[in-house]
Amino acid sequence: MHVIKRNTQIWEELAAWCFLGPAVVLLLVFVVAPFVMSVILSFTNHRLVSPLPTKFIGFTNYSRLFQDVSFWQAFKNTGLFAAIVVPMQSGLALLLALLVNRRFSGIYFFRGIYFMPVVIPMVVVSVVWYFLLMYPEGLLNAVVRVISLGKAGPYDWLRSPSLALPTIILVSIWQGVGFQMTVYLAGLQNIPHELYEAARIDGASAWQQFLHITLPGLRNTHIFVLVTTTILAFKLFTQVEVLTQGGPLGTTNTLVRYIYVVGYRELRVGYASAASVIFIVIVLVISLIQRLLLREEREVT
Amino acid sequence: MLKISKAAGLYFVLLTIAAIFIVPLWVMLATSLKSNELQITREMASVRALLPLPPSWDNYKAVLKGEAFGTPWVRFFLNTCLIVASVVIMGVVVNSMAAFALARLRFRGRGVLVSAVVALIILPFEGLAVPLFLIINRFGWFDSFQAQIIPFIAHPFSIFLFYQFFNKLPRDLDEAAKVDGASWWQIYWKIVLPLSRPVIATVAILQSLEYWNSFLWPLMVTRGPEFRPLSVAMNTFFGLPPRQWGDVMAFAFLTAMPLLVLYLAFQRWFVQSVAQSGLKG
Repeated sequence: MHVIKRNTQIWEELAAWCFLGPAVVLLLVFVVAPFVMSVILSFTNHRLVSPLPTKFIGFTNYSRLFQDVSFWQAFKNTGLFAAIVVPMQSGLALLLALLVNRRFSGIYFFRGIYFMPVVIPMVVVSVVWYFLLMYPEGLLNAVVRVISLGKAGPYDWLRSPSLALPTIILVSIWQGVGFQMTVYLAGLQNIPHELYEAARIDGASAWQQFLHITLPGLRNTHIFVLVTTTILAFKLFTQVEVLTQGGPLGTTNTLVRYIYVVGYRELRVGYASAASVIFIVIVLVISLIQRLLLREEREVT
Repeated sequence: MLKISKAAGLYFVLLTIAAIFIVPLWVMLATSLKSNELQITREMASVRALLPLPPSWDNYKAVLKGEAFGTPWVRFFLNTCLIVASVVIMGVVVNSMAAFALARLRFRGRGVLVSAVVALIILPFEGLAVPLFLIINRFGWFDSFQAQIIPFIAHPFSIFLFYQFFNKLPRDLDEAAKVDGASWWQIYWKIVLPLSRPVIATVAILQSLEYWNSFLWPLMVTRGPEFRPLSVAMNTFFGLPPRQWGDVMAFAFLTAMPLLVLYLAFQRWFVQSVAQSGLKG
């Protein structure tokens, strides 16, 4: 009896590794190995094509990065982008979710429209917006002129150093806000109706209901939305590459684009790896904060 | 009275916001239907930017036949379909298999592996792209389909979604099947997978969106039209002087179309997938 039990246990263990095999091998080769490599390479002067042998150079890449003006500019642009996009996009998403979280005819139509840009590839979105943002005779400039009664504009949205980043922000929000709206909508619908009914019986106003039922009820949704939007913001690349190539004067360059240009176009792999490690650490810290906040929440409830 | 004006106000707000989302896409469509480049530039700052008059299919013909950019649009479409379909289908099998073992089988190191998968979710691809490029080159996969498929089959977040779903399925299922003499593979393939349609849909939709959109990686590993997906082709043609907006917009519209059609057909599934990815956290 004991032998049979042991046997089935061994079989189960064997079966488990057969099931896991493909995923484990693929993850080791294409996720874990690149991660380990980027850490190791960040301490070397490795280049893709180079007559010099690869050497360990300690923290030289890191100390050079911290003195590299264009790295700091990309770093600051990315941080600024995140600092503006995250609250704006999440706030707008919540407003939209509140707006469409009601029952009347046509509501599915509106929800469908607001989500639509999410399924459109970012490259296509960027190309279309490039057309709308043309200077001086694009549609957006025309709209600005009409709304301001001819007083404002025309603006060179993508080639003015002070406007380029805000413009990238607008395009990004336009494309992405439907995603967070949908997540918020699901969060809103998870709040039990009885809470609102009870509040109404107690004579609470709509604003009080929002403050004391809706907002606390969305706590986990807030954390999720804020953190995923922050991480997405730090990954900013496509719209910048298509619309401005990081310009004008580097005012829209981002961390990911910096890594891409240095590591891929200039073939400075070691140096780009150091930038990658910094990038990964930033994303890691943000994710850890999310997990801590969520765990805290689970302990409270 | 008050109720009616309130409803009217609400519809006004909803329609205005809808216009903000629709107009850019409508301009894309309208511009793609104008064959005269001068007309496009002349009308782009007026209401006429929204009116494809007179409508013409010339741009679509040029883009589809490859007269506009040298390679027919369909070539890139098929490349993208092949890449996305391979990643999604193989991904569903490989990731659900791994999750099945993690959720339903007992073996040493299970806990460590689950935490490892959860930890890997955080690693951002953009930070791994440069060393991954070295690995792909070492394999001789530069400018190939493999380079765009194989690294993305195993996907920690998908494993995690499957794992959560499998954990919730009743254990009696396995026990009953085992008593009947079913193998682990039969339990996975004939019992667990058929019950997993909702999570398969979620994983497939999220993956399709991600890889239909992927840009940085194919930009790095493809050289010519042979293996290039739509996103990179779109960017290349966009940068090709002299810029023909009619052709560019026709290419853009065709590129946005497939997912848009899928979205309109399966809207409920798309929305559920997104909502689910959020609620799990």
